[in-house]
Amino acid sequence: MAKYLLLKHYRGAPAPVNDVPMDKWTPEEISAHVQYMQDFADRLEKSGEFVDGQALAPEGTWVQYGGAGRPPVTDGPFAETKDLIAGWMVIDVDSYERAIELAGELSAAPGAGGRPIHEWLELRPFLAAPPTITE
Amino acid sequence: MDEALLRSLTPSMLGILVRRGADFAAAEDAVQDALIEAVRGWPADPPRDPKGWLVTVAWRKFLDATRADVARRRREDLVDEEPEPGPAPAVDDTLQLYFLCAHPSLTPASAVALTLRAVGGLTTRQIAQAYLVPEATMAQRISRAKRTVSGVRLDQPGDVGTVLRVLYLVFNEGYSGDVDLAAEAIRLTRQLTAAIDHPEVAGLLALMLLHHARRAARTAPDGSLVPLAEQDRGRWDTALIAEGVEILQTALARDRLGEFQAQAAVAALHADAPTAGETDWVQIVEWYDELARLTDSPVVRLNRAVAVGEADGPRAGLAALAALDGSLPRYVAVAAYLHERAGDLGEAARLYAEAAHQAPNFAERDHLTRQAARLNARRNR
Repeated sequence: MAKYLLLKHYRGAPAPVNDVPMDKWTPEEISAHVQYMQDFADRLEKSGEFVDGQALAPEGTWVQYGGAGRPPVTDGPFAETKDLIAGWMVIDVDSYERAIELAGELSAAPGAGGRPIHEWLELRPFLAAPPTITE
Repeated sequence: MDEALLRSLTPSMLGILVRRGADFAAAEDAVQDALIEAVRGWPADPPRDPKGWLVTVAWRKFLDATRADVARRRREDLVDEEPEPGPAPAVDDTLQLYFLCAHPSLTPASAVALTLRAVGGLTTRQIAQAYLVPEATMAQRISRAKRTVSGVRLDQPGDVGTVLRVLYLVFNEGYSGDVDLAAEAIRLTRQLTAAIDHPEVAGLLALMLLHHARRAARTAPDGSLVPLAEQDRGRWDTALIAEGVEILQTALARDRLGEFQAQAAVAALHADAPTAGETDWVQIVEWYDELARLTDSPVVRLNRAVAVGEADGPRAGLAALAALDGSLPRYVAVAAYLHERAGDLGEAARLYAEAAHQAPNFAERDHLTRQAARLNARRNR
């Protein structure tokens, strides 16, 4: 088993195929989208492949050590152009192929017009501890 | 094995040990040891007086631990010199424990964790699950809290207001996993009401009951938020409402108004209306005026603006809003709602989308996005 991180982006990812902002959808389309993702997570929980998932607020702050005896330095809210993570899901699957398959499935969540968004998801493998036994 | 009984006895055992001179952390360890013995021994040989049994065993465990600790020789002598303590009233012990767990030297997160552990008798795992943090994180939080209060003597009452704020924090945390924090907060506040006669304690209990009564109607089957005006009032728990209103009326009759009683009064007026349209908004505005006087909180004035919008019309609400700081949490959502009611749908849709962007949780974000989508769909038709 290997863990993978699925990253959803607010910004910074290539434009999806069905690129309509969420507040331009109908309330029913939003419900269908939310339900799709919930069903996806539920299914992975049953198959034992779900680890965790969280949504993140869009606003973040860069923080930096400010020097001895000084408060940390911040740059305020992210500039509009920066990459921004909307949320993530961690899965624990048997193979890279399975991870790709699941990411593709999640990217098919319905959006405007009930059609799949074809949203880009970033798939990142977790770095694991080195094995105790190497053959 | 009656787990609920053990849980309900935990706080008074702790209280008794601490009042007999045990250090908080040592008392907690001793109580845990006694509980383990109870779990092992009771099924085969149940005691006639469970509490007396537990206190005796816990005190023996504490003495054993203290005596075994050579570095604590001096304290051992102190303990030996003390006369055998007589029985102490249980309610008093529990009350002292509430004050200790809400001690001002603790951060709110630590006070909440310690209260759930020591007064509520929840396991560290249960608390961790409820707060969605790893068990190790919660264990650290609790042991740091125990260290912080370990030098505090339990001989004088603390500030009731601090205890109430901690319980209100627990209530507002919602729930997940197998522990329902709102129900737990109600249980603890009921216990506190029995231990202390204070109108604000009653006010907080009434407030919790009135909010809790609406819980089933507050979310749709798919988990989305249902606003107060659209809730199916048939799904409100009328028994809880009746109890909350009665507790509130008794408290108000004592004429020592505080912020929890005033908040409960607002909740009671909502609970009282057979339909959303029949809500007594004029009286609600008056209660918000009282609350603003008692707390001077900007959040209260934001809620007041909503009530003014209902009582005197959306334009009056927007005027009340204009006097407030635009960076307040939920300010934009309130502005969106009032603009919609005033018929300014374009501006309302824009503000709902902006409010969704700032929303602090899933359910609220999705709800606000739906509001924006609904107005945009209507405008494009």
